[in-house]
Amino acid sequence: MNTTSLKAPREGYYGEFGGAYIPEMLYPNTRELQERYLAILESAGFRKELSSLLKDYAGRPTPLYYAARLSEHYHTHIYLKREDLTHTGAHKINNALGQILLARKLGKKRIIAETGAGQHGVATATVCARMGMQCTVYMGALDVVRQRPNVERMKLLGAEVVPVEQGNRTLKDAVNEALRDWISHPAETYYLIGSVVGPHPYPDLVARLQSVISEELMWQMKEKTGREEPDTIIACVGGGSNAAGIFYHYLDKPAVRLIAVEAGGKGVDTGKTAATIALGLTGILHGSKTYVIQDEDGQITEPYSVSAGLDYPGIGPLLSHLFREKRVEFYAVNDEEALRATRFLARHEGIIPALESAHALALLDKMTFPPDRHIVINLSGRGDKDLETILNWKNE
Amino acid sequence: MNRIDYLFKNKPHSVLSVYFTAGYPRLADTVPVIKALSEQGADMIEIGVPFSDPVADGPVIQHSDAVALKNGMTLKKLMEQLKGIRQNTGTPLLLMSYLNPVLRYGMEAFCRDFATQGIDGVIIPDLPPEEYIKEYKTLFTAHNLKNIFLITPQTTEERIRFLDREGEGFLYVVSSRSTTGMKNSFSEKQTGYFMRLREMNLSNKLLAGFGISNRKTFDQACRYLNGAITGSAYIKALEKEDDPARVTREFIHNMKGENITG
Repeated sequence: MNTTSLKAPREGYYGEFGGAYIPEMLYPNTRELQERYLAILESAGFRKELSSLLKDYAGRPTPLYYAARLSEHYHTHIYLKREDLTHTGAHKINNALGQILLARKLGKKRIIAETGAGQHGVATATVCARMGMQCTVYMGALDVVRQRPNVERMKLLGAEVVPVEQGNRTLKDAVNEALRDWISHPAETYYLIGSVVGPHPYPDLVARLQSVISEELMWQMKEKTGREEPDTIIACVGGGSNAAGIFYHYLDKPAVRLIAVEAGGKGVDTGKTAATIALGLTGILHGSKTYVIQDEDGQITEPYSVSAGLDYPGIGPLLSHLFREKRVEFYAVNDEEALRATRFLARHEGIIPALESAHALALLDKMTFPPDRHIVINLSGRGDKDLETILNWKNE
Repeated sequence: MNRIDYLFKNKPHSVLSVYFTAGYPRLADTVPVIKALSEQGADMIEIGVPFSDPVADGPVIQHSDAVALKNGMTLKKLMEQLKGIRQNTGTPLLLMSYLNPVLRYGMEAFCRDFATQGIDGVIIPDLPPEEYIKEYKTLFTAHNLKNIFLITPQTTEERIRFLDREGEGFLYVVSSRSTTGMKNSFSEKQTGYFMRLREMNLSNKLLAGFGISNRKTFDQACRYLNGAITGSAYIKALEKEDDPARVTREFIHNMKGENITG
C-alpha cells in the first residue's frame, strides 16, 4: 500500500474513494478551499496560533491514561487516550479550532455546521464564540431530543440551533440541510464539517487537524513504554474523525494493528444499524465516493444507532480506502454492548464515556489479547450528554 | 438529430421546460403527466428521479421525492413506465437524477436503456463536469444523450467559457443562490446576471431555472435567455388535483399567458 497517498490524496482521491461530487453551486467554495487549505495549514502563523489554542484553550495534550483495573480485568495492558478531557468534552474541538482559523483566513463571517451527538455542534459554537463569529448549527430533530444537554450548551454559547425535520431526523439529514444552507449563502459562509466526510478537501483537512491525537500518542507511548508504537489501537467510527486522528501517524507503521468499531445498532442484520463497512456499497453521499448503506435502487438507507454520533449511513473515504487495503480491521458493536461497556468503565475506572467511545471499549468483550500487549483505546468523548439515554436503558 | 438540438433550431426563444417528479403524486402518474405536458405545449420535459437526499432541492421537490419514493418509484420502474413513450410524444425528454441511483443502476445500462426509450438528455447535478468529461462523455455521445451543465451566479467567466465549450444541448442557468423553489419575481441583480450571460455570446442556448414559478418570472427570463425551466410551481399544482390533464392545461397556459379555450 502506498501510504504517502493517504496523507496527500491526489485530487482528493484515496484510491477509488473521495473526490468532490458537488453541484455546480458549491464549485467556487470547494475550489477555493482546495486551492488554499494546505498553504494555510502549513504556514508558520497558522501553526503557531493553532498549537497555542490547542494547548491553552482546549487543554492539550490530553493524558494517555493507563487503565489499571480495566487492564487487570481483560488481562492485557490497556491505555485510554483521554480526548474526553478536552475543553467541550470530545476530540471535535481539535478540528473546530483548526477550521475556524482557516475560515477567518478566508475572510468568512458566518459559520454553519451539522451535528449528530452535539459534540461537534458544541465545539463549533465554542470556537465561534471565541472568535466572535456568527454560528448556525443544523441538528436532526430526533438528536435535538436525545442530546438535549448539548443543545442547551450550544444556545448558551450563542449559536442558533436549527432542528431538521427531514428523513430520519438525524445526522445525515443535518448534513443535507447544512449543504442547502451553503448553496444558498456561498460567499460569506464557511461550512465547518465535523468529520472526515464531504467533498475534497474536507476529508484530508479534518484528518490533518485530528492527527494531533496520534502525534501526541507517539511520544506518550514512548514515555510510558519506551516504544512509540502500541500493539493495537481501537477507535469508534461514524464518519471516522477520531479514528482518522488516532490512526494517522501509524498508518505507515504496519506493526501497529488498527481496529475501527462501527455502530451495529440493534444488530447488523436487523436493518436497524449504522455499520457502513459491514453493509455498505460504493456510492456517492455528501460529496464523496465512499461506502454507503443503500438499497438496490441507490436510495440511502436510514441508519440507526443508540449513539447519535455514529448514526450515519456513510463513512469517510479515507476509512473506506483503509478497509479496502486491509490496513484497518472493522468490527460492529451493538447498542446493548456499548451501553454495558459504558457502565463497566464508569464502575471500574470512574470515567463515564460517550456512547460513541463506548463502542470502541465494548470490543474488549469480543476479542482477546495476549497479556503482554499494549492496547490503546481512543476515548473520544465524555458521556455527560448521554445520561438520559443511559438511565432509560437501565430502567428497561 | 437529437430532439433538444432540433427544438432550439426551430424555437430559439421562449422555450418552456417543465420539471416534475416521476411517480408523483401517484406511482402511475408519470406517463399521464408527460402526455399532458406534451399535449398542452411544454417545449421540453424534465423527468425527475426521486432521491432520498436531494441536497440541491428546496422543500417542494424534497417532498415530492419523498412521496414518490414512498409510492415505490425507482429507476427500474421508470424504465418500464417509459416503454413506448415515444408513440405518445415527440417532445424532448430529459432525466434529472442525482448520481447515486444512476451509479447503482450502472452508468452504461442507464445510458443504453433510457436512450432506447427515447430520452434525449440527462442532468446529474452532483456529477462534476470534469468527472463527466473524463469518465462518461464517450458513453453519452455513443447513445446520443446530452449531459446538461449548470452555471450559477458564482461561476466565473473563465469557467462559464469552459462549460460553454464542453456543453451539450443547453446550459442550465441557476438563477440565484438557492436550492430549487419558487419566486414571485427576479431582482435587478438577477436580471443583470441574465443580461451579462446574454452579452457573452455563448455558443450554447441558455435556459434559466430555480425560481421560475409564474408568468412574470418566465417572461423576465425569456427577455434575456432562450427560455426557462419551472419545477416546484408545477409540482405544487399537481399536488392539489387528481386530473393531471386539467392541472397541466391551466398551468402551461398561465405560464405562457395564453387564454384557455375549449
